[in-house]
Amino acid sequence: MTTPRPTEGTATAGETTARPTDWPLWEVFVRSRRGLSHTHAGSLHAPDAEMALRNARDLYTRRSEGVSIWVMPSTQVTASSPDEKDSFFEPAGDKPYRHPTFYEIPDGVHHL
Amino acid sequence: MNVTATPALPLGDDALILSHRLGEWAGHAPVLEEEVALANIALDLLGQARVLLSLAGDEDELAYLREERQFRNLQLVEQPNGDFAHTIARQLYFSTYQELLFEHLAAGESELAPLAGKAVKEVAYHRDHAEQWTIRLGDGTDESHTRMQRALDTLWGFTGEMFEPVDGLEAVPWATLHDAWTTRVAAILGQATLTVPEGPQRGAWTAGAGRQGIHTEPFGRLLAEMQHLHRSHPGATW
Repeated sequence: MTTPRPTEGTATAGETTARPTDWPLWEVFVRSRRGLSHTHAGSLHAPDAEMALRNARDLYTRRSEGVSIWVMPSTQVTASSPDEKDSFFEPAGDKPYRHPTFYEIPDGVHHL
Repeated sequence: MNVTATPALPLGDDALILSHRLGEWAGHAPVLEEEVALANIALDLLGQARVLLSLAGDEDELAYLREERQFRNLQLVEQPNGDFAHTIARQLYFSTYQELLFEHLAAGESELAPLAGKAVKEVAYHRDHAEQWTIRLGDGTDESHTRMQRALDTLWGFTGEMFEPVDGLEAVPWATLHDAWTTRVAAILGQATLTVPEGPQRGAWTAGAGRQGIHTEPFGRLLAEMQHLHRSHPGATW
């Protein structure tokens, strides 16, 4: 059990306590049976996508039938930076013409 | 104790005892995610055991007050967990068998059909889980390959018993199930770069008489632990 195994990639500075298994992190998105879209449910460690899917089933869905699960490696996610929050999201606030709020929504239109 | 002669008893004993063995992994699995998976499988099996034993009598009495010689489970399921590969090999052998048997029972009209129809979905997952790990360990490192092969070889002698006719289930085509089982297991082992064990599927001496109440030595200790509390406080409710 203590056989040394090759590690993939190199640990960044300060990251001295890697998980002993070196299993990468995966993000899990679940769509419930009557749900419209996949929602981020959490994350888990798994050696590959197949096992990530099975672990996600156990951890996040309790095997309710009719649900759909997506898993993706956390390294594939590119997130917006908190430091750039203002430049990303602020400018639209004081320009009412950027907001389509002047229209009457016709009856019978859903999910708008 | 009032026990009805029904094939639900041996099948329920299989599920109960294997569930207990998997429960022993709690807190000891290689990784957290696998801990949850093994516990899930244990809980599925315990649920099956409860329904099956209830068909034969009082589930608590049957689980906690029978002696070793009254249990009808396969010797395979009472084998100790060993290392992780051992547990996976036992699970691969048993889940593949259980899925084939329950698929057959679900298609029939016996009292076991409704239960088998529900359980077969659970068991398909157990089988898939064991197959995934068999492939990963077999096709993993030299060490994991060696351990997986050793586990398969060690438990092989207990696989023949699974296809002995069970009282009350004489109509099941056991030889056909055995063929299907062998094909399935061989395919997975091939994918895992492992070899199908050679040698007889039943040991030379006692191996393979669990259905007659003859069990291997570790089973007594399993029962002592499982039944201890109930026997110490007979009649208590919880």
